[in-house]
Amino acid sequence: MSETVAILDYGMGNLHSAAKALEKVADGQRIVVTSDPAVAIAADRVIFPGVGAIRDCMHELRSRGLDQAIFEVAASGKPLLGICVGMQAMMQHSEENGGVECLGLFPGNVVHFGERYGDLGERLKVPHMGWNQVQQEEHPMWEGIDDYSRFYFVHSYCITGLPEEQVSGRCDYGLRFAAAACRSNIFAVQFHPEKSASHGMTLLSNFLRWQP
Amino acid sequence: MGLAKRIIPCLDVDKGRVVKGVQFENIRDAGDPVEVARRYNEEGADEITFLDITASHDGRDTMLQTVERMAAEVFIPLTVGGGVRTLEDIRNLLNAGADKVSINSAAVNNPEFVRDAAQRFGSQCIVIAIDAKKVSAESEANRWEIFTHGGRKPTGLDAVEWAKRMTDYGAGEVLLTSMDRDGTKNGFDIALTRAIADAVAVPVIASGGVGSLQHLVDGVQLGGADAVLAASIFHFAEHTVGEAKEYMAAAGIEMRM
Repeated sequence: MSETVAILDYGMGNLHSAAKALEKVADGQRIVVTSDPAVAIAADRVIFPGVGAIRDCMHELRSRGLDQAIFEVAASGKPLLGICVGMQAMMQHSEENGGVECLGLFPGNVVHFGERYGDLGERLKVPHMGWNQVQQEEHPMWEGIDDYSRFYFVHSYCITGLPEEQVSGRCDYGLRFAAAACRSNIFAVQFHPEKSASHGMTLLSNFLRWQP
Repeated sequence: MGLAKRIIPCLDVDKGRVVKGVQFENIRDAGDPVEVARRYNEEGADEITFLDITASHDGRDTMLQTVERMAAEVFIPLTVGGGVRTLEDIRNLLNAGADKVSINSAAVNNPEFVRDAAQRFGSQCIVIAIDAKKVSAESEANRWEIFTHGGRKPTGLDAVEWAKRMTDYGAGEVLLTSMDRDGTKNGFDIALTRAIADAVAVPVIASGGVGSLQHLVDGVQLGGADAVLAASIFHFAEHTVGEAKEYMAAAGIEMRM
């Protein structure tokens, strides 16, 4: 029987792109967009995307019982991929919206970029928006993607405080932050693979084949 | 290593077809938007912008279908603008697969709309589109005013003040078009670009007037733009996006190659 890949829908916005990108790289897997915790738990692989503000995101997750589904998937050993705010929600705490407790799957914290300056002394714009380079750490999710390849980012908050061994990709924008995090069966990225052209598609394809 | 400057080909879309006028007249047909977007993606475009210039209501649905088709085939960010007036318009475009929407006249008519939109959907997907015209005399200090209705209707709003206000309200990016330069091929209004880029804390896209690859370089290096938008130099194959990126990189600008 073919595998099922669940994309968590908690009412925060467009999942069309993520679903279409996965369908494009799928090799027989069935892609379902779901807000049902039972469907998520039963799936073979789960994607936790995210856009918007963290407080609403956590609220919508909890009101649907999807937070518990994420804990179960995380504990089950099945591959789990967090994207953008999905990655941020996996951390301990975010300072967005005056401070929000998150899922705590990783010990990192989510902080605002604040006032940062580039190499030439220019003030860096926030959101960090556009294509930036990611320095990779060895992981099957990077297979076929050159180190320092560029991915598409759009975010005003970023992740710090992760233990070194959980950082799978680093990015620089006035400060070094975790562009990718990993822990056993969990991989999470701050950028949008579904918007990162061929490198993003390769990463999604790797996720569909990843055996943690 | 760091963030790359972006090249954004812009497609003016009318009833599902790409068109491009010179100062809003003399429209020439340039093809199917999804086909054009796919070609730009292959050439290395960093984002795509669709501007819906369809006047009729029926045309809206055509646009949503176009956005859906693009989002199913081209996996780079897509901004859609033109006639975005309500939160419902934004929701429909985002659900169809747009990553950002640009708001223009509706913001002038009701500035709070931008605040509501940013709060509802997040600043990352709300672009404030600013059409500005120079209104100061040569002997005076530079002053630009916001115009609507394709540059015909003055609003009395100062462009720099407006940009600051709209980004304070939550717009995550500024799409800045010089109405004096649009369609002229004489290059961006550099002083305008610089004034806005220095005034706001969010990324600024320079638009209006690109006629050569050096104009793109100037927009970034002299104007301080984070991204450059152009239409006709790409549509009519004067240059490919790839050539533009190589030219900019050779000028010392960090690009995604």
